[in-house]
Amino acid sequence: MEKKQREEDLDREVRQGLKKMEDRAYDVHEEREQAAGDVEAPYQPSEGSHPSEAEHHRDFRGSYNAVVDEVDKDNATRTLWSDAWGRLRKNRLAIVACVWILVIAVIAVTADLWVQQWLGSPTAIDSTQMSALSRLPPSPEHPFGTDTLGRDVLCRVIYGSRISLTVGLLATAISTVLGLIMGALAAYYGGIWDTIIMRLADIFLAFPYTLFVIVLLAVLGNGIQNVFIAIGILGWPSIARVFRSAILSVKENDYVDAARSMGASDARIIARHIFPNSVASIVVYATMNIGGAILTESALSYLGMGVTPPNPSWGSMIQDGQTYLATEPWLMLMPGLAILTTVLAFTLLGDGLRDALDVKMKDA
Amino acid sequence: MADKQPLLQVEHLCKEFPVDSGVFASRMAKKVSAVDDVSFSIDVGETFGLVGESGCGKSTTGRCIMRLTAPTGGKVIFNGQDVAQLKKKDLKHARHDMQYIFQDPYASLNPRMTIGEIVSEPLVIHGEMGSNEERMDYVRKLLDIVGLNPEHINRYPHEFSGGQRQRVGIARAFALHPKLIICDEPVSALDVSIQAQVLNLLGELQKEYGTAYLFIAHDLSVVQHISDRVAVMYLGNLMEQSDWRTLYSEPYHPYTQALLSAVPIPNPDIQKSRERIILAGDPPSPIDPPTGCRFHTRCPIATAECSQKKPPMEEVAPGHFCACWHAEPFPIKGTSIKL
Repeated sequence: MEKKQREEDLDREVRQGLKKMEDRAYDVHEEREQAAGDVEAPYQPSEGSHPSEAEHHRDFRGSYNAVVDEVDKDNATRTLWSDAWGRLRKNRLAIVACVWILVIAVIAVTADLWVQQWLGSPTAIDSTQMSALSRLPPSPEHPFGTDTLGRDVLCRVIYGSRISLTVGLLATAISTVLGLIMGALAAYYGGIWDTIIMRLADIFLAFPYTLFVIVLLAVLGNGIQNVFIAIGILGWPSIARVFRSAILSVKENDYVDAARSMGASDARIIARHIFPNSVASIVVYATMNIGGAILTESALSYLGMGVTPPNPSWGSMIQDGQTYLATEPWLMLMPGLAILTTVLAFTLLGDGLRDALDVKMKDA
Repeated sequence: MADKQPLLQVEHLCKEFPVDSGVFASRMAKKVSAVDDVSFSIDVGETFGLVGESGCGKSTTGRCIMRLTAPTGGKVIFNGQDVAQLKKKDLKHARHDMQYIFQDPYASLNPRMTIGEIVSEPLVIHGEMGSNEERMDYVRKLLDIVGLNPEHINRYPHEFSGGQRQRVGIARAFALHPKLIICDEPVSALDVSIQAQVLNLLGELQKEYGTAYLFIAHDLSVVQHISDRVAVMYLGNLMEQSDWRTLYSEPYHPYTQALLSAVPIPNPDIQKSRERIILAGDPPSPIDPPTGCRFHTRCPIATAECSQKKPPMEEVAPGHFCACWHAEPFPIKGTSIKL
């Protein structure tokens, strides 16, 4: 690992050196051009009489162009997002997290195609064999063991991931859209709008979050779509705050004034200058928010407020298994591990994204 | 000089900022008077230097001319139109001929845009040149003119040094060949060696395109290099205004004299022996500016009159204006400056 790091460092140094050389070459080239321009009249006829000098000039130019071509080849395709990806790739932890999330996502999406053939139904109970299959320890047939009603725990964890990911993504989508709109309104219009929206956000944040969700669910009724609606609606204030402050700090930048002084329209300033520079913080925040939403859903299911049985959810599985923690710990441990790794993965990915999207961290 | 039609005429420009003191403060809150009754004019192709301490309202003056902030009083007549009163559409039109170069080369370039996109943005906004390729060819030429490698057109600002970034800013300002460029301390964030390069570049471009500059700076020696005429500003007021040679060789205002005595002379013998005027204290707060002449609290020759009546801007010599009750060459006695 160290060796690879050293190699990368070396590579970077060489590249920087090359850039410097090229810049210098350009400067010299410029000077020569200028010198040639200053004495243009005597220079032209003398070209024939001093072929070596003219040739030298041409040669020099050729080599200079070659250097530029070489450097620009890997420059041409570079954008800020590809740079960010390059930096993210070096963050081992973030990549592991990313891979883990992808694995879970692929399993969750394709579950219907193969899981039931292998592990049986996540919900159906075979009443004839229930006692024989009840709470079996992990084995090749049942890698995570079985629960009290004889259902395979791995199968239920996999189907539980569908609930968790759906809630995490949809709730975050709702919070993000609401938060972006509210944050943008507050930051652009300022004044009374800012005061109203931000005080409203403060009020939302002043309530105990889980309690607020429970109350909202009591009003909306149980059910998976109500869970993500409730979590989504209550998640907007923090996103609105982050986006608002991002916009406000971007708005202060001279390049926004520069665009205005060129006569750019408000729409152009927002689309080309303010949004691209403030959206990175939202990407980061939303990624971390997915983990938070999954946690909240688990807590709600644990409390019996989320998914209705017999549908599996990580939170309700923990609740089912907690009675047997001392004797059959896998019943609680497996869904617990699923929650832990998934939430951790989203947090780590968010961390990695924050570092990768920061332009100022450039090749530090 | 008087027979020329001025390109820009600033008349009694005022800018007050309300001091926001929270939700529960009364709406009759105090005001900061950043620019107070400032008048000057700039001719076609001329460089007008505006000097003063930080916080004296130089930048605000520049921003008011550009209408990046709306002035609260006075007129800004550019090309025969009052910029302060223009409708949105006409303002866009006026901004075609007026550009701004910013102090901070790091904050003034959008980090998410390539150099090509940044420099071509004014062209896109004003719908000049049909195709993107045409624009990029033009941008390459511009980059070459300001001394950057045209091959770097697809690079991002963070790949450039401060001086190179400022060149990008200059290329952007010149893209539309404006008649006036407001240079807001364009070199104060750069190394001294780079400062000279950028100043020379600005000078060359002016010679080539006949652009007028409003050159804002806090450094008298920088302004000296580039300006035709210079105005000295203190706490929102203009103090003295003249062509630079007279202003530097024969200041009529005690503040100008004090400023000049603070410019270091690159000769240790003179530097050691010459007398310097050290002004006592800091500039007073613009929230509660002094009565009468705004400089009287720190002026070594202030009299009772100075604290009561504001001195008018008067022509003390042809083309040389000074706002002081004691206006005369080298008003602070016992010191003189040779530059």
